[in-house]
Amino acid sequence: METQNSYWAENLRLILICLAIWFVSSFGFGLLLVEPLNEIRLGGYKLGFWFAQQGSIYVFVALVFWYSSQMNKLDKKYNVEES
Amino acid sequence: MDELKLYTYIAVFGSFALYFAIAWWARAGSTSDFYVAGGGVTPIQNGMAIGADWMSAASFISMAGLIAFLGYGGSVFLMGWTGGYVLLATLLAPYMRKHGKFTVPEFISDRYYSKTARIVAVICLIIASLTYIIGQMKGVGVAFSRFLEVDYGLGLGIGMMVVWVYAVLGGMKGITYTQIAQYCVLIFAYTIPAVFISLQLTGNPIPQLGLGSTLADGSGVYLLDKLDSVVTDLGFKEYTTDNLGGTLNMFAYTMSLMIGTAGLPHVIMRFFTVPSVKAARSSAGYALVFIALLYTVAPAVGAMARYNLINTIEPTAGQHMDYSERPQWFKDWEKTGLLQFEDKNNDGKVQYSADPKTNEMVKVDRDIMVLANPAIANLPNWVIALVAAGGLAAALSTAAGLLLAISSSVSHDLMKGVLTPDMSEKNELLAGRIVMTLSILVAGYLGLHPPGFAAGTVALAFGLAASSIFPALMMGIFSKKMSGKAAVAGMCSGIGITMLYVFQHKGIMFIPGTSFLGDMGENWFFGISPNAFGAVGALVNFAVAFIVCKLTGDAPKEIQQLVENFRIPKGAGAAHNH
Repeated sequence: METQNSYWAENLRLILICLAIWFVSSFGFGLLLVEPLNEIRLGGYKLGFWFAQQGSIYVFVALVFWYSSQMNKLDKKYNVEES
Repeated sequence: MDELKLYTYIAVFGSFALYFAIAWWARAGSTSDFYVAGGGVTPIQNGMAIGADWMSAASFISMAGLIAFLGYGGSVFLMGWTGGYVLLATLLAPYMRKHGKFTVPEFISDRYYSKTARIVAVICLIIASLTYIIGQMKGVGVAFSRFLEVDYGLGLGIGMMVVWVYAVLGGMKGITYTQIAQYCVLIFAYTIPAVFISLQLTGNPIPQLGLGSTLADGSGVYLLDKLDSVVTDLGFKEYTTDNLGGTLNMFAYTMSLMIGTAGLPHVIMRFFTVPSVKAARSSAGYALVFIALLYTVAPAVGAMARYNLINTIEPTAGQHMDYSERPQWFKDWEKTGLLQFEDKNNDGKVQYSADPKTNEMVKVDRDIMVLANPAIANLPNWVIALVAAGGLAAALSTAAGLLLAISSSVSHDLMKGVLTPDMSEKNELLAGRIVMTLSILVAGYLGLHPPGFAAGTVALAFGLAASSIFPALMMGIFSKKMSGKAAVAGMCSGIGITMLYVFQHKGIMFIPGTSFLGDMGENWFFGISPNAFGAVGALVNFAVAFIVCKLTGDAPKEIQQLVENFRIPKGAGAAHNH
């Protein structure tokens, strides 16, 4: 029970990190901060526009794989893997 | 028969033959095969199947066209329809897979120990899925009538037959393997023209990079800068900054699409088909990779299509195309009525501008942009044929996934779960197939006689999923104490307020004239458009559920134990039924 609670607490912490990055890369850079970021250029892209139409999607992909690999480690650490 | 038509027949019927062959090879023998493909699909396969399932005619045909005309505002679809997978992967999929049942209403019924909750979930699911299917069926009919020049109704009939054969025969197993093939067809059909067009315009074959490159005409000007100046010259808003109804509206819109995505049952049920919790986590990642392949190309397709369209009509500023010298694609789409020209100043030339008084392109339907794109860019005929097959693959794969979600919720949740619990597995399988056949007939009928509200219902489908199913699932996993009564109250009030908001602005059941506040921007709550209201509905759902739970008491101990259990992967077996 004790180990299960700390497993869940660590999982919640990982989820919060993921959702924070998820929020900042899309709603943050792509929407709320789009105007100041548009002052910076990435080739032909304005940076805010790039985050809204390209960057946020790449971040999402990386996030899901990162969460998946961190959780696999966590499963091992607490010995709760599927047999 | 001309060359284009011949190629199109080869591409379309060749791909159909492939789907049939796969369906025959992977036909279902048990209810487990039929609902969850026996639980034996690998994460990469599942990712591709989810990709095809998710990317419908709307993603393939409509989205790039919307982006072409909305510019930066179109970002809500790009972020909204991909960001939901982060929520799915972290908040829902692993736990629902661990619990290991066949359908979403079944999970809700177990977690909330309530048949009422199960029935509410089934109703949400059927409404959301049926409204989606109508759109897919229309897409099939349009693709056939445009590319093969057969009657719309006949095209629809052929599409229904094809889906019927492999969905009813193969169930989830047949659908999954067919969808893998359909994913390959649709992604190939989407990227090939984009690569050609990007190469033509910018010299860079990768569309994602081409969109950020300079034009290949030697001017050294960036494509997006050029597009900005071209559209502002015509009186439109700047492409890269034109926002959709303000920041708050875009925020709510994106959020609604994200949580709607994570709450759509036909996507969630794919996570029951993988062999383990670990595989459920990684299949969300693979699904997103395969979806991102199309979604990062779409903004390039949209921007380049807009640029090519304007460039054809007005090659250099002030020099307009003669109507008599219009290209073949222009004539073809005029025939369909989706492109209309009216010579307002009688000079025989085509003027395109944002001002309705002088604009002579009186109708440019957004949905034609992807289909007309290869022709506008003068690409070879086999590329155009490929796009037809890709559009059909997108529509058919999504229709099949939705049909499965409907038939499983009726045969498994309503009949086996509530009405006739002692039904044998063999009869349940038969019932599933009969329900699926009936759903195809209903969807076909609605595709042939689309109700007036068909267009508006897509917003309602996302609103429903976002405001009802997603919060119920999330609270079920993250709050051990959340009770059945509270969840039902939350779902009903979330759906209720979303429907009320959509109806009061768009008319009751979308009947014009019955809207009691009128569809006017000034009547919108904080300027949030009805399409974007699902996020607010979800907030209401969370709030109501927490208050009711505080007032009426927590879930019983054994339910809290159940939640403890599906929070850890240990002990997950194949998706089972007992």
